[in-house]
Amino acid sequence: MNDTLPIEVTVNGRLRSFDVAVNHTLLEVLRDDLGLTGTKECCVVGECGACTVLVDGTPMNSCLMLAVEVDGSEVMTVEGLGLEGKLDRLQEAFLDEGAAQCGFCIPGQLMSAHALLAQNPHPTVEDVNEALAGNLCRCAGYQQIRAAVLAAVQGGGR
Amino acid sequence: MKAQGGVGAGAHRLGGIGRVTGAQLYVADIPVADALHVKLVTLDCAHARILSIDSAAAEQVPGVVFVMKPEDLPQPIPRFGPQYQDRPVMADGEVKYHGEVVAAVAAETKDAAEEGARLVKVEYEALPAIFTLEAALAPGAELVQDPSIRRPGPLTGTNVLSEYHFGWGDVDAVADEADIIVEHTYDWASQTQFAIEPHGCIAAPDSDGIIVWSSIQHPYQLQKTLAKVLGMPMSKVRVFAPDPGGAFGGKQHPKLEPLVAFMALRADRPVRLILTLEEAFQAVRSAGARMTVRTGINSDGTLVFQDFVDDFLVGAYGDTGDRISAKASFLSAGPYRTPAVRITSRAVLSHTTPCHPMRGFGIPQVTWARESNLDEAALAAGVDRLEIRLKNLVKYGEEHVPGDTPADGDWAQTVRKAASEIGWGTPLPKGQGRGIAIGVKSGPTTGLSYSTVRFLGDGSVLVFSGTSDMGQGARTIYAQIAAEELGVPLAHVSVVMGDTSVVPYDQQTSASRSSVLMGNAVLNACRDIQRKLRARVAEMEGIDESSITLDRGVMRLPDREEAIPAVLKKVLGPMGGEVVGNGEARKDALPEHPLGGTALFFEFNCTAVDVAVDTETGATTILKHVTVGDVGLALNPVQVTGQDEGAAVMGVGLSLMEHLIWDGEGRTRNLGAIDYRIPTSKDLPLELVSFSVENADGPGPYGVKGISEGSLLCTAPAVAAAVRDACGAVIRDLPLSPERVWRAIQEQS
Repeated sequence: MNDTLPIEVTVNGRLRSFDVAVNHTLLEVLRDDLGLTGTKECCVVGECGACTVLVDGTPMNSCLMLAVEVDGSEVMTVEGLGLEGKLDRLQEAFLDEGAAQCGFCIPGQLMSAHALLAQNPHPTVEDVNEALAGNLCRCAGYQQIRAAVLAAVQGGGR
Repeated sequence: MKAQGGVGAGAHRLGGIGRVTGAQLYVADIPVADALHVKLVTLDCAHARILSIDSAAAEQVPGVVFVMKPEDLPQPIPRFGPQYQDRPVMADGEVKYHGEVVAAVAAETKDAAEEGARLVKVEYEALPAIFTLEAALAPGAELVQDPSIRRPGPLTGTNVLSEYHFGWGDVDAVADEADIIVEHTYDWASQTQFAIEPHGCIAAPDSDGIIVWSSIQHPYQLQKTLAKVLGMPMSKVRVFAPDPGGAFGGKQHPKLEPLVAFMALRADRPVRLILTLEEAFQAVRSAGARMTVRTGINSDGTLVFQDFVDDFLVGAYGDTGDRISAKASFLSAGPYRTPAVRITSRAVLSHTTPCHPMRGFGIPQVTWARESNLDEAALAAGVDRLEIRLKNLVKYGEEHVPGDTPADGDWAQTVRKAASEIGWGTPLPKGQGRGIAIGVKSGPTTGLSYSTVRFLGDGSVLVFSGTSDMGQGARTIYAQIAAEELGVPLAHVSVVMGDTSVVPYDQQTSASRSSVLMGNAVLNACRDIQRKLRARVAEMEGIDESSITLDRGVMRLPDREEAIPAVLKKVLGPMGGEVVGNGEARKDALPEHPLGGTALFFEFNCTAVDVAVDTETGATTILKHVTVGDVGLALNPVQVTGQDEGAAVMGVGLSLMEHLIWDGEGRTRNLGAIDYRIPTSKDLPLELVSFSVENADGPGPYGVKGISEGSLLCTAPAVAAAVRDACGAVIRDLPLSPERVWRAIQEQS
């Protein structure tokens, strides 16, 4: 069970080469090996979306991927949003709209929203509901989260 | 709206940046060097006698350091709990519910701990489990708890943990006067709080004491509990309470922290336990309930009497089951003027997960029954469902429960607003229906909060508050109060929470109390600073203190007005330093009151919905959902809307989809996110709107009341009433799943 394999992966723009346990998920490796704890663990069965990260631009439940599967890929986590200490437009909009309450689901929501806007720069309300349907929020700030995504679109170039 | 500022501003959440960047450290994110990982060992049954625990194979797994078994704890095994000290640190000879911990493996890695836990061999004898009210209350039913751990009294030899009788007037005497009497039984399913952050704790020995990190709502209660079970002075127990990633009542009281603390002391190293979501489901749940309601009215809709029998199915240990049943049932009759009311309330033990409160503290359960029955009475009398509510609703200052706090708001204003927003009385297309319901909940009946505020030399402010900020935004509110009172920009205020060795005592974070109680403590601490500044200014200027007045950020002297930060600079002078203020807020107990105290305030909500029912599938779609809360004053309107809409969406989940399912042997069948559904973004009402009634008439700072539970108190009866209005389906047990609705449609046709 403690077999390891070397992988090479770009995480938040930084190329890293290291060994991972073959039985460890991407979520475990991000949190436990790389210390990137912004990605959250909740259901571990791909239902809650708290662990959503982008793998080559596609939102994935990192609890359902083995870390060895991302060898050669680009992974982006919530820590990769924003540049040089400045929040990106989605993060700003989440603050403006009061979208983050307890905050535990927010990294996953942001990653799903980021992928949505990359693919569909002008989403409708239904598009947002659909794109974020895999990210549970028990504080149930869905309306604030949706408003934030739509506001980020309005804010455009910020 | 987006401006940073004091009271009434929709200011950004303090801690918001950490929440959108991933920098916020929840308990599982806290790096503690050299920590062992814990994995729990549980049995696949609800009730069993433990015959032997063999840890030999587990101990052979490389990395496993030790296996903690019941015999490794002090004997008799310490027991603890918020109301009854009946919950053992680890299963004591018997497993009393599915998921109760029988052993725990400590290992250098998570993998080793998991492997070890799989290899612990437990021999046990499965025993029949009691997991329904009928079985628990059956004559001769096996006792869930051994009488030796019960409080002595007439109930000790039964499965009834506690029984209460409340009421006024004489129901039997006035029953003949009622023109219409409607009696039905309503069921509320057991549900789970399902915070997205599963519970976690870390314990580390610290010289002659211990440090514990826990995602807990009541850190000071955890400190007290640990001190007691570990035999340490409270000063040697330091609890760090990082912001919980959601709690909803489920993180109020200690559960596995004592076990983890004992393991850390044994290991002489830090030990961490982060639950899986499945384990979190097995750590806590809400109380299911069965309520029989008899409502008597006159033909014009005037209430003559209300008669309730409320039975709550609580778990294997008392936990908060007694208090939930008592406090919720006490308000069974709601906000109405009823001459005679009789309430019997019981908390019934079973071989199921112990109960914590869940957003609403049992009030959603009793409200479901009362409001549904009131609708049935209105329909029987041919009285409009809005009219019957307005007719019987108490007026401002009128008592709805004799001897308790009278109505502390213009409640009819709230109800009328909801009715108007949903378009009550206007025609609807076929297949659609409307419902309206009222929820009222007592705020805290006792409370004690302290705050210290340090006004630093540069005019910035540190607020110390023992509240847990679990999403409600308490930190932001306190900063807004301090900014307002001391006249400083919000960005210059920091709030320190979550450290029992540094931050003064707060009784708890529950019952939507924090804006009022801790809010007042912060306000009083700021005013303590103002008074200290005034005394010093009077001394410096040789004038009388009484000639100086203070008001929100400003000091008025006989000849001029000065901003408080400018006063601070003068008072501190070249040596600098700071001015420290202390504040306290309390709600004293009233021993002769049935609940031990009157309501500090009421959360009052009216919810109105418009639904469409698909008669082919039984699926309900909420087309419009209006929630109106009497909030006193919205200190931060953005946060008020977030909490109110959030509670409404949770209410939709509890009404339409959520229930724990026990199999024939009392095991929870739907553990986890696949089989226990909560609302997603696609389950939202098509239109959800939240309104606040603000008359600045609450007991908190500037007239604020608590708000965070209001909009789910009456969601279920409003939705069920709308379903009935749409398609005639009468449903008296929750949730209103498509199958139930479809079957009800078939039955009536």
